[in-house]
Amino acid sequence: MSNHTAVASETSRVFHFILEELKPRGPWLTPFNVISIPIILTGLVILYFRFRYGLGAVTNLSQGHPWGLWMGFDVVTGVALAGGAYVITFAVYVMRVDKYQSIVRATVLNGFLAYCFYGGALLFDLGRPWHAMNPYIGNNFGYASVLFLICWHFALYMVAAFVEFSPVIAEWLNLEKARRFLKNITLATVILGVTLSLLHQSGLGALFLMAEPKIHPLWWSQFTPVLFFVSSIYAGLSMIIFEGTISHKAFSHLIAPKNHHAFDDIVFGLAKGAAITMFVYYVFKALLFIHEKQWDLINTVWGYWYLVEVIGFVLIPAFMFAFGHRHRSLNIIKTAAIMALLGIVLNRLNVSIIAYGWYEAVRYYPSWQEIIVTLMVICAEIWLFRWVVNRMPVFSASH
Amino acid sequence: MDRRNFLKTTLAAGGGALVSNDVRALELRHPEEFVGILVDTTRCIGCRSCEVACAETHDMFVPDVLSDGALAQPRKTSERQYTIVNRFDTEKGEVFVKRQCMHCHQAACASACPTEAMNKTLKGPVIWDGDKCIGCRFCMVSCPFDVPKFEYNEWNPKLVKCTMCFERQAEGKKPACVEACPTDALMFGIQVDNLEIARHRIYAHPDKYVHQIYGEHEAGGTGWLYLSAVPFDQLGFRTDLGRTPYPEYTREFLYAVPAILFGVPAFLLALNALADKGEPAEHSELGFHPDEGGQQR
Ligand code: SF4
Ligand code: SF4
Repeated sequence: MSNHTAVASETSRVFHFILEELKPRGPWLTPFNVISIPIILTGLVILYFRFRYGLGAVTNLSQGHPWGLWMGFDVVTGVALAGGAYVITFAVYVMRVDKYQSIVRATVLNGFLAYCFYGGALLFDLGRPWHAMNPYIGNNFGYASVLFLICWHFALYMVAAFVEFSPVIAEWLNLEKARRFLKNITLATVILGVTLSLLHQSGLGALFLMAEPKIHPLWWSQFTPVLFFVSSIYAGLSMIIFEGTISHKAFSHLIAPKNHHAFDDIVFGLAKGAAITMFVYYVFKALLFIHEKQWDLINTVWGYWYLVEVIGFVLIPAFMFAFGHRHRSLNIIKTAAIMALLGIVLNRLNVSIIAYGWYEAVRYYPSWQEIIVTLMVICAEIWLFRWVVNRMPVFSASH
Repeated sequence: MDRRNFLKTTLAAGGGALVSNDVRALELRHPEEFVGILVDTTRCIGCRSCEVACAETHDMFVPDVLSDGALAQPRKTSERQYTIVNRFDTEKGEVFVKRQCMHCHQAACASACPTEAMNKTLKGPVIWDGDKCIGCRFCMVSCPFDVPKFEYNEWNPKLVKCTMCFERQAEGKKPACVEACPTDALMFGIQVDNLEIARHRIYAHPDKYVHQIYGEHEAGGTGWLYLSAVPFDQLGFRTDLGRTPYPEYTREFLYAVPAILFGVPAFLLALNALADKGEPAEHSELGFHPDEGGQQR
């Protein structure tokens, strides 16, 4: 009986605490708010038209280009950029590299939110989103479908990432018992999360395997799943450097001075990891190119574009990472991170949109509405990220 | 690390494996029993009766074949029309070609579909089920013949493609286009029988036909077969699709999934054990700093 009342009072305490925390904090007229609020409002209006009159009302999608920016950027690229979470949890929990402890929480939070928002953006793109649960329930399992697999692994990964992050929530709500329980299952969820990430990062590449006749040969390969997986590693690492640098400026008041210093050291470690994976990726790309005997494709517009991606945004940033690591230059590393990220964006957009249907007379380019909705998704994610880090012990291990 | 963790991980991974097995579902069906349609383009006079019959049967847009001048430019099937007839100027004069879904033996669209909304029926027709479809358009991306079309300007869009008159077949009738064709350019039957007939026509008139039956091998074989007097690339057919059934492209990946789901966690646990520096197990909490957390709370 007394146990019962204890639970009830605990529940009501948590409830009131959350209500209190839901209130906005801090000044309203920050530059980010001034930019993001109009974007989000416009995006919502666009979405109204999208659901009222169909995808054609706001997008430039066509019969020849069934996937556009929302699929190619929000989902395919966004998930690659969220790869940092599985890489870092792998390093910290599986390999027990303590050095990266201080960035785990923020990285996992970022990964989790990215999946929620970018995966969630898929709902705008689905023609019949009210059936979105079909791959999960009923007897409509498309076992032979890569997309079916991705649907499941997305969902399971989101659960895993949430569980990985949940000790922080428990700490925030002062739920000691829950925190201890959640802490205990961290390793298991991390291992599950890493495995699922391996599968769906490569699975996103496998989505394009059957589109062989439609994708320019320089961007189609039966090894696309492997390429997508390997590149998601350095995409994730670069994203941590990029996002961490911004966080350390924007949320510097939340970060212990000790961790500020540690972050520089972390960046050097990440840069080394990124350099190695990028070289591996580059060599693999080069081998594929030689193996497929694609020399005659290089002296075309598509060939130049391919070189821009592979040399300009893979090989060069790889050298910059290596150089920056050796000469302890944070600026070079940060520039390299941005270039590597652009390279990932280029690569994913090339495979999914730009080199798709390359022979067609009418090219696809995103409409302004598609761009605004994409920006809206990004802004909304940053909003939630900001909300969480301002309340939960994300940057500091305890409060 | 410890046995409990391993069990938890294995169970979780097993849940994932359940959803990734049985990628052979499509292989198990027997192509010998599939129905199909043989198109002899040398017999087609371009009257477009099939277009009209198809539209009327499926309650769709009925083209005005007498005066719309649609033969001037090659068209594609669209969200309004399951089938269209195109005119080509070739080395042997004008040739008319009816196009629609090929009803592949191992359909890329069906294996792409996450909900089995696109479905290769046991008899051969590939049909779409609106109650299952989530509108992801992965079928459109995967179909080597670019067939499924999407209603971009509907709030509740459908995926539109030829059904080979699945419903009519259930009533024992032929597809509407076949019935409407005045010149027997279209022939409905068991696909392997159609293939025999097609071969026979080529043997009997070796100078009249090119010695290729489009659809015999393309994309692993299709329900619709085409005969022609001129090479198929002159008739707007893609001749670079290869003989591999398209689901093969993803099969290796899908086969690897269960192995990865079990192998990788085991591998990671081993790595984790190797990386053990003898610190307390406590350590593995998210962002937990032994030196600044825990104790003082
Ligand atoms: S032609 Fe395309 S839509 Fe028709 S069965 Fe083959 S893959 Fe499916
Ligand atoms: S759009 Fe519909 S029919 Fe096509 S693959 Fe997606 S769920 Fe299946």
